[in-house]
Amino acid sequence: MGEIHLTGHPASPGLAIGPVAVLTSAVASRAMRGDPAQEATALKAAIEGAAVELAELIATVHGEAAEILEFQVAMLGDDALAEGAYEAVAAGTAADEAWRAALDEEIAGYRAADEEYFRARAADLVDIRDRVLAGLNGADAIAKISGDSVVMGDEISPSTFLAVDWTRGGAIALAAGSPSSHVAMLARSRGAPMVVGLGPLPWNGQPPSLALVDGDTGTVIIDPKPETRRLFEHRMAAANAARIAADAGRLKPALTADGRRIAVLLNVAAPEDLAGLDPAICDGIGLVRTEFLFEGSRGLPGEDAQYAVYRRILEWAAGRPVTIRTLDAGGDKPIAGLTIDGERNPFLGLRGIRLSLARPEVFRVQLRALCRAAVHGTLKVMLPMIAIPAELDRANAMLDAEFAALKADGIACARPPLGIMVEVPAAALCAEDFGAAFYSIGSNDLTQYTMAAARDIGAVADLNDAGHPAVLALIARTVEAGRKRGVEVSLCGDAAADTRLTNALLARGLTALSVSPIAVARLKATIAGVTV
Amino acid sequence: MHDANANRAAQTFAPLTASAVLVNPVGLHARPSVKLTQCAKGFTAKIEIALAADGPWTDAKSPVKVMRVKAPQGATLHFRIAGPDGEAALAAMLALVHDGFGEA
Repeated sequence: MGEIHLTGHPASPGLAIGPVAVLTSAVASRAMRGDPAQEATALKAAIEGAAVELAELIATVHGEAAEILEFQVAMLGDDALAEGAYEAVAAGTAADEAWRAALDEEIAGYRAADEEYFRARAADLVDIRDRVLAGLNGADAIAKISGDSVVMGDEISPSTFLAVDWTRGGAIALAAGSPSSHVAMLARSRGAPMVVGLGPLPWNGQPPSLALVDGDTGTVIIDPKPETRRLFEHRMAAANAARIAADAGRLKPALTADGRRIAVLLNVAAPEDLAGLDPAICDGIGLVRTEFLFEGSRGLPGEDAQYAVYRRILEWAAGRPVTIRTLDAGGDKPIAGLTIDGERNPFLGLRGIRLSLARPEVFRVQLRALCRAAVHGTLKVMLPMIAIPAELDRANAMLDAEFAALKADGIACARPPLGIMVEVPAAALCAEDFGAAFYSIGSNDLTQYTMAAARDIGAVADLNDAGHPAVLALIARTVEAGRKRGVEVSLCGDAAADTRLTNALLARGLTALSVSPIAVARLKATIAGVTV
Repeated sequence: MHDANANRAAQTFAPLTASAVLVNPVGLHARPSVKLTQCAKGFTAKIEIALAADGPWTDAKSPVKVMRVKAPQGATLHFRIAGPDGEAALAAMLALVHDGFGEA
């Protein structure tokens, strides 16, 4: 097979070279096939093996990821799942064919469901199906994907992703997929290059042996010529050297080439993200997402539980400012017991601050926990999805009331300043009208609402461009409003970590960018090359 | 298999029936289904669920079968329980549903 160039969408930056591991279990078919009794035994062993693999995987993850896997274990442990397969095996069908047919029927049932929640579970059944098939086929078993491989396939499930040790230099190249999928987010946070939307993978039967993945441009080269490979390795070496240089500059403050100081802040999804991190790499925390507190089966978190987590984060920051966002549920972040199920268009529905104001009994608990935590550092609180000033005013009044109530009870507390996220175009256009203590631009939602293109729909991914002049104009307008009102403006969406946009963002007058910890070194190095 | 025991129990004990509305926001999906089946397996009684008072009935000890019911939020979940610990089982099942499976 000659060298083939494929073009898709970049989903996670970086370069990688490695042997190809194909995800579709259809590629490998079973070498041997026994009589019905042997086939039934093989199927039973594969199912039990899959359950053991899952149990091992559960031990390495926590929260939502663990619960997804626990559901899979429960399904695998239920004889009803394989009933049809065993009947077919008894009638002479091979174990893998029987299992695939039985699970495909089950999956079809889920895909036909009215409710999105049931349809979404089809992915778990596919995960279960393929894990058992991998065990039966004895090849390309999920757990056996080596961490230095280029994993190729139509899609990759979160459980497959989590089973691979990505510190060894591997990458992901998908025929389908989306830069906004859960796996793409995981890939970015673990530093694994990823390209999606490559289209049908161009081989029949015999997969390629080697692939080059360029997660910066969204290209993949399979079976490269020696010369192509040499050039790519050269680029990797240069990128590596740049990364090492950037890492060395990680602890230094970010300065542009013309000496302007830029604050580099961290985005944190859970306190575990801060484990092992030196606070000196950042100027503070620009975004603490609080959704993680509300996930899982434990129900809505109480005031003390929230307070303990917020306090831990503030203490880690050691006096640096920490901006905690109040619950941003709804849209693509449903939370059991809180968000509205079956909204026709959840991104335009009851999400973010709208939901918090609609459920004051939940919101109050969070505001109280925040007031109590505020005594342990420099806390700022921001409200997501603000569209009109009245929403901020109502939240301010509630915060005042909770602060006063805590004080009246003699409980240690402070009233944190309340700022807004600018992610609805209306808020960007009228930013000056808000009595906000600060503005934080949420570029992901601002982009999708401005371009009317969803983040998670591959077919319109090209339109979802944070660098579009319309989005940049809204950012500039927000910066200008902050300048006039004398309050700080920062940006905390994915655009902050996209170094192709750094120049454009700083040119719009932004002086604070908030990114995931892994992106800090690269961003600081990029800032050092910018002349505003 | 538990079904054999449950059938024998069913011959001796008159079935108890009751119903409850699913209040948790996503209906009987992954997590609630796992909780329901785990709770049901703690009893020797034969425990079945249905979306209508006259069935079709589904074994509440099988997560695969319970998921196939696809019971949405707001649906009325009917229980039919027969066995020596049927009353305790019924109380536990109803408490689980009323409690929104700990999610509401």
